[in-house]
Amino acid sequence: MATETPPRFAPGDRVRVRAAFPPGHIRTPFFVRGREGRVEALAAIHPNPEGLAYGGDGTPRRPVYRVAFRQADLWEDYAGAPGDATVVDIFEHWLEPAEGGAP
Amino acid sequence: MAKRRHHDMGGLDAGPVEISDHDHAPWEKQVNAMLRLLADPKRGVMTVDELRRGIEDLGPGVYDELSYYERWISSIGNILLEKGVIEVDELGRKMTEVEARMRAAQDETSKAAAGKAGA
Amino acid sequence: MSEHDDHTHDHKHDHGHDHDNGHAPHPFQPDIEDGPITEYMVLTRAIGELMVEKGVFAAEDLREKLEYMQSRKPALGARLIARAWTDPAFAARLERDAMAAAQELDIDVGVVEIRALPDRPGLHNVIVCTLCSCYPVMLLGNSPDWYKSREYRSRVVREPRAVLAEFGTEIPAETELRIHDSTAELRYFVIPERPAGTEGWSEERLADIVTRDCMIGTALPKPGAA
Repeated sequence: MATETPPRFAPGDRVRVRAAFPPGHIRTPFFVRGREGRVEALAAIHPNPEGLAYGGDGTPRRPVYRVAFRQADLWEDYAGAPGDATVVDIFEHWLEPAEGGAP
Repeated sequence: MAKRRHHDMGGLDAGPVEISDHDHAPWEKQVNAMLRLLADPKRGVMTVDELRRGIEDLGPGVYDELSYYERWISSIGNILLEKGVIEVDELGRKMTEVEARMRAAQDETSKAAAGKAGA
Repeated sequence: MSEHDDHTHDHKHDHGHDHDNGHAPHPFQPDIEDGPITEYMVLTRAIGELMVEKGVFAAEDLREKLEYMQSRKPALGARLIARAWTDPAFAARLERDAMAAAQELDIDVGVVEIRALPDRPGLHNVIVCTLCSCYPVMLLGNSPDWYKSREYRSRVVREPRAVLAEFGTEIPAETELRIHDSTAELRYFVIPERPAGTEGWSEERLADIVTRDCMIGTALPKPGAA
């Protein structure tokens, strides 16, 4: 049995989404890859869809985080309120600590 | 090399949202219900993740050409074949039989309607 | 997809006649299609019949699942919201655990976890699935066609205010917008703020103004709509 690791990130942590572009079934949208956001919460611990999509059992299960990205950080010339954000559920293996951010 | 896959469209340019909906046809409802039966862990025939992978792998042309549930049933068919749940030959024979039956049923209905209209 | 939603499982009334039990299978008689017969209709019927013949599921399972899916409608979500508007303790429970709150009202929402996104003064939420069509189907029924469209999925994350304006929904410049992209295994719906002018309304009357689009976030409830 694959073991589960404790969540690596905590609410408030600054994280960067890995800028990886493998083929295959991926739940990390293109528009946030390489971008920096803030962990809002641990959303769940769930089986990995990248395995489930190919007949695997999705183990080890992974922490999934609610990560908020400021619209202004995602889109050039964003027209809207400065606080506007997109919140994306992201599996832990797609996240790294942002430079200067904890942990 | 940054490569965006076709279905992964957040942030792309597109036209105005056409605020539309339609009543699902009987076959569309059947596709939806079948997927839920097949993906039920108690049967474990396939996962929704596999359904999605199958849809994504239809490729850009087909993805845009097919309607929503056409994409679903194409993917479901491919996944069931890939897993050996069904075989190509039996599916082909069944489709021939089903199509003949569907055409006959439609003919009946239109004949009945024509009969009523004529009465 | 999922409207996809979802890893679903049969609801509690499913008898699960999965295997050939010696009885002749009841053939499932689908409705006759209106339009021209397409290869996808044929494929659908053929796969359905093969599944029944092989005992993967019974015709009765399919019939029950169709009925169950037909019973999933925005009115279910609207009931939760109307209750939350009239009962602050319920509102708190709905925000904390929407699955348990739905159960309190005897709403069977399946197993895929659905969470509530409450609007607040100065904060408005909108849901989307940019990768496919994830949606809280078990609470709201099937998503509308536009929710699955390229236009909505592409644009609502980048220019949400322009997209909402196309729905006739103007969000004040000082209100913070949060767009929620349902990328993983959780499904979300929006709890809009109770509009002014609905003081003293019954739960039923309140539920009538909570439309499907209000729970997606592309519309706001309007007292005049009831």
